[in-house]
Amino acid sequence: MTTEAGSETEVKEKAEESAAQPDQSEKATEETQEAANAEVEEKEKEKEKEKEGKDGKGISRYLPTWLKKQKSQGQTSPTKEVPPTEEAASTVTREEEGPAPAVNGHAEEVEEKEAVKSEQVKEKEAESHSNASADTEPAKEEKVEESAGSPEETKEATEGEEEGKEKKEQQQEGEVQGEGEGGGDSQTSIFQSPLRLVRKTKMKLVVCHVTLLDGSDFTCEVEKRAKGQYLFFKVCEHLNLLEKDYFGLTYQDSHEEKCWLDPTKEIKRQIRSNNWQFAFNVKFYPPDPSLLTEDITRYLLCLQLREDVASGRLPCSFVTHALLGSYTLQAEFGDYEPDQPRPLDYISQLTFAPNQNKEMEEKILELHKSHRGMTPAQADAQFLENAKKLSMYGVDLHHAKDSEGVDIMLGVCANGLLVYKDRLRINRFAWPKILKISYKRNNFYIKIRPGETEQFESTVGFKLQNHRSAKKLWKVCVENHSFFRLNAPEPPTKARFLTLGSKFRYSGRTQAQTRLASSLIDRPAPSFERTSSKRISRSLDGAPVISITEAGRDTAENGREPRLELHSDSKSPMRVHGDNIYVRHSNLMLEDHDKTQDEVLKHQASISQLKRSFMEAPPPSPPQPNQWEKRLTSSPATTIRIQQQQVVSVPQTEAAAADSAISDTKEPAKTAEVEIEETVVVQEVSKATKPGLVTVTSSSPTGPPAEQETREQEVKVEVEVVVAGEAKAVKQESVSSESESEEEAEYHPNVSVSFSHTQIPEEKEEDEEQEKKEEDKIAEQDVSAPDAAAPLPAEITQPAEETKQEVEESSKEDTEAEKNKNTEQEKEGERETEESTDDPMITPDEAPNGLALPEEEAETGLVAPAEEDEEPKMNGEASLVEAESRPQVICCSEPPVVKTEMVTISDTFAAQKTEIATKEVPIVHTETKTITYEAAQLDGNGDGEPGVLMTAQTITSESLCTTTTTHITKTLKGGLSETRIEKRIVITGDCDIDHDQALAQAIKEAKEQHPDMSVTRVVVHKETELAEEED
Amino acid sequence: MAGLMAGFGHYTHAVVRGIPASLAKEALRSSQSDVDLAKAQREHEGYVEVLRTRLGLEVVELPADESLPDCVFVEDAAVVCGDTALITRPGAESRRRETEAMKGALKDLNLNIVEMTDENATLDGGDVLFTGREFFVGLSKRTNQRGAEILADAFKDYAVSTVPVLEGLHLKSFCSMGGPGLIVIGSSEPAQKALKIMQQMSDHRYDKLTVPDDLAANCVYMNLPNKGHVLLHCTADEFPESAKVFEKLKDHMLIPVSNMEKVKVDGALTCCSVLINKKANI
Repeated sequence: MTTEAGSETEVKEKAEESAAQPDQSEKATEETQEAANAEVEEKEKEKEKEKEGKDGKGISRYLPTWLKKQKSQGQTSPTKEVPPTEEAASTVTREEEGPAPAVNGHAEEVEEKEAVKSEQVKEKEAESHSNASADTEPAKEEKVEESAGSPEETKEATEGEEEGKEKKEQQQEGEVQGEGEGGGDSQTSIFQSPLRLVRKTKMKLVVCHVTLLDGSDFTCEVEKRAKGQYLFFKVCEHLNLLEKDYFGLTYQDSHEEKCWLDPTKEIKRQIRSNNWQFAFNVKFYPPDPSLLTEDITRYLLCLQLREDVASGRLPCSFVTHALLGSYTLQAEFGDYEPDQPRPLDYISQLTFAPNQNKEMEEKILELHKSHRGMTPAQADAQFLENAKKLSMYGVDLHHAKDSEGVDIMLGVCANGLLVYKDRLRINRFAWPKILKISYKRNNFYIKIRPGETEQFESTVGFKLQNHRSAKKLWKVCVENHSFFRLNAPEPPTKARFLTLGSKFRYSGRTQAQTRLASSLIDRPAPSFERTSSKRISRSLDGAPVISITEAGRDTAENGREPRLELHSDSKSPMRVHGDNIYVRHSNLMLEDHDKTQDEVLKHQASISQLKRSFMEAPPPSPPQPNQWEKRLTSSPATTIRIQQQQVVSVPQTEAAAADSAISDTKEPAKTAEVEIEETVVVQEVSKATKPGLVTVTSSSPTGPPAEQETREQEVKVEVEVVVAGEAKAVKQESVSSESESEEEAEYHPNVSVSFSHTQIPEEKEEDEEQEKKEEDKIAEQDVSAPDAAAPLPAEITQPAEETKQEVEESSKEDTEAEKNKNTEQEKEGERETEESTDDPMITPDEAPNGLALPEEEAETGLVAPAEEDEEPKMNGEASLVEAESRPQVICCSEPPVVKTEMVTISDTFAAQKTEIATKEVPIVHTETKTITYEAAQLDGNGDGEPGVLMTAQTITSESLCTTTTTHITKTLKGGLSETRIEKRIVITGDCDIDHDQALAQAIKEAKEQHPDMSVTRVVVHKETELAEEED
Repeated sequence: MAGLMAGFGHYTHAVVRGIPASLAKEALRSSQSDVDLAKAQREHEGYVEVLRTRLGLEVVELPADESLPDCVFVEDAAVVCGDTALITRPGAESRRRETEAMKGALKDLNLNIVEMTDENATLDGGDVLFTGREFFVGLSKRTNQRGAEILADAFKDYAVSTVPVLEGLHLKSFCSMGGPGLIVIGSSEPAQKALKIMQQMSDHRYDKLTVPDDLAANCVYMNLPNKGHVLLHCTADEFPESAKVFEKLKDHMLIPVSNMEKVKVDGALTCCSVLINKKANI
């Protein structure tokens, strides 16, 4: 990889978009125009940041771009050209795919950036000359394309987009190759729909060899810059396969591992080796193959499973081997013919099992006889019915070590994550139990939702062999979760400032979507030829390893690779903020980075300025990306506006909540600049079903979107205000690092889960009986609640104190997340109990001095707001508990620092060996919005400095209940003294709560109360309960 | 054509073993108690009679061995699932030889015999709960990880999850299957804890039937032709409260079986037989 170009920054961004979005050009132009200087800085984002950050402009400049991207996406997609062939295949599903492309774009960013940079730069330059306005550019490109040769324009977004992208890229390439810089416009690359391309240019064609499931080879020519998707579609077309979302292409990376070809990225950049050899494989094993629409799909699944079984990858008993083998014979050869002389001959040429013997073959034949009359399709179906019950069906295994260094296997499957030691299952984490999935270096972490009896979330860490495998595992988890649990793929990460590292998200259709799509398949069952199991006779190479890792690329486990940095650079400016915000990551990265301390400080200072201005900015009207800029640069006002970026879909249980945390840093003496920080990051997650998205409603048994619309209007707004004053001695490095490498990444499964329905049932299932009791209780409380004075329970809790330690790796994210979780859970519990109808207002001041322990609530989920009011509890205890448990937080070698106010991290994994809590708080369907304003990243408190709970009060008014909890933490570490105050305000009410107002008030109060401190972070978490459906 | 994992509770054969006189004095027990040998033998005869006459199983009765005081508890010597029999390596040294006779009997029934030869492995059948969809293996004083691994190897089709047994002798000292997808569980804290673990570890859903007495949670479920769901459970004499709970199972043919004496040496209902489905040959 080469990342050296001076103009890289620009390029990167462009590249990002180029992957999937037409907008790139926009950005590119923008940037080019805006800052020629920026180019020079390219590689190190940090540097950039520093420089630019100084005046604040630099950053702001980026912001808009970011925003623009999204816009442009939407605009452009419709106009793209769709290749005819693909149309046919994808007609059914197009709409659904809409979201996907966006997602992909992110994923691609990294690689693409690198690759395309130079070319793009050139292009863009060219373009920029011709076109001054960013907006116009995209249009231009399209025009070019059109003129080039593909007249057909379709409105179908996804495919169109993708194709469009491809075209563009190809175009670009063409330009580069053919003309070098000059050509800018259409001259070189003309290309039409991929499937029937007519290329006039010098575009190189490459021959791809794809090994199909029946063992045959499929060869096709692909333009050298084609994306994975192109090849995949060609293969599917060849196979006449419509239900293709369960499948994927694999290739062998330079480490001899099988990786999934990312459909959204250029093939060339993935394979690296110039070995255009692929295999067509099942990527997601449908839990119930009988729900597949077409026999041909089942047939292909059978082929894969035969191979899995024969290779031993899918272990099964002698009898099962025989049974499956007999169905294979029936499907391939039809009825057993007693007269046939050959049976034992041909059968022994086939491989049914890793250790096949005569006895087994005889058994197979014997069973084969009993299948007389069964059609091939029936035999396949029977095969699948048996195979799907195997315990390892669809489980993708990864080697790992647990926190004690013991060799284990992690299995990713449709239901969650399984932990095996040898052959024994020693733990299991269902998707609904997992709050966050992340990896860092070679560590892989999952954050677990606390069980019924547990107060705190826990993080479990595993050690993978290397960074690559950690990332691969993470990707597989993200993909599997998305595919099996979501209604629609998570929208692009662009909007997510908060996440660092890989933006990878699953880009395809989810199972729900693909089911819907296949339900619409309207074609006569395609006839296909069974190939007599060519494949069965040859044993397969290893299991397809799922991972889209770019093989060559990331070798350095900890080291910072230039590339990585580049990536980060390339990532949108928002990214930068995000980096700053999360100390934990940044710290780590810092270690790896070469930056000098000065740089860091400067950088930080600039950021803080930005943040400050942001915070001061008035609440603008509707959240428009561009307004960001305004706010940042020229913010006169006082209030913080919450932007709506629909990043996430609805978390199961969590109602819409907005957490706002504002933390201020005071600085004692030396580091003045650094401490002036205010929050810049805003993230709002709206889980609400977007109309635009493909709603898989009808078909998906689990979660009809319709229900969401019926949601009750219970809205809770939780405002967390973190005020932190920090006396920092000399070093603040930790704060500043902005590395955005692929070394780590996070994924919040639950937050993004739109399939709330599904999840809910699941959990209920697990603890059904147990929960009955709880439910009863809740019911009781419901009754009692009304009696209680407060119809609208609003809780304002200001609990968590967080200790910041600069050196620590802990990130605020964790805290936030945990907080959210806590609160969410509280809410869950509360929700059921609450039925009030007034407009909640956040009025901490007014609050009577009830004390509520959020944690407790969370635990039980039973706490009725009313109760709280009546019986204020002292919080001191709660915090103590926390403190005590923290020490437990040890996972693997690198303890993921999870920072929690109320949350304690424990090594559950170990704990679970003996004890596992199954119960969970009853889940309520909800919508969640989370908005985070972050200023300083300074807190690294993860490591378990026990916080002190200072105050907690609950205020109840007619319509709402407000609980405020305050945690204050002081930390002395190496000459560094920090005081951090974290307030959590929970407002619960029946109707819509103006969280903007609440937030504004909370911030205002915080400032008033602690004039000497600054607001560092504001997180607004808004939960809206959806109408409860019967599950 | 029974497919994989079909027919939970279908049995055609049962292997039992007589009670040696040595049981009264020498059988292992977790609490001091005097066993009325004659009464124990009568109980056992009643048990076998139910299997043979009332339920019509083909009963293979192995002779008692005086040198093996615990030999009546045949369950610990073998785990049979489908047509595969895993001959265990009991955790108690004094019981290791119990497997010999068992192996012979199972061989005669044409089962595929898998032996646990690893000297580091121990496994008592009483720690093995087969739910029809998967195995749970209690890690107890008698069963270790290695034993569980070997079991997992022997029954590759099924998930095998381990469950710590903190109290009680065996996993099945406080739980058992009461039907397809129905786990009968004692109400003690350790029992409930174990259940939670099982629920967490499983991809499948289980209903649970909680009985007040842990020991009463050990019952024998069968699904027999012409009889449907059959449940051998404790008598009202022994555990009156728990018996009431069982009586609520309307779909089951309920057969109370007395187990007053054997329980004194930690013997429960499932302990006294190994059930086999000879038609399991698919």
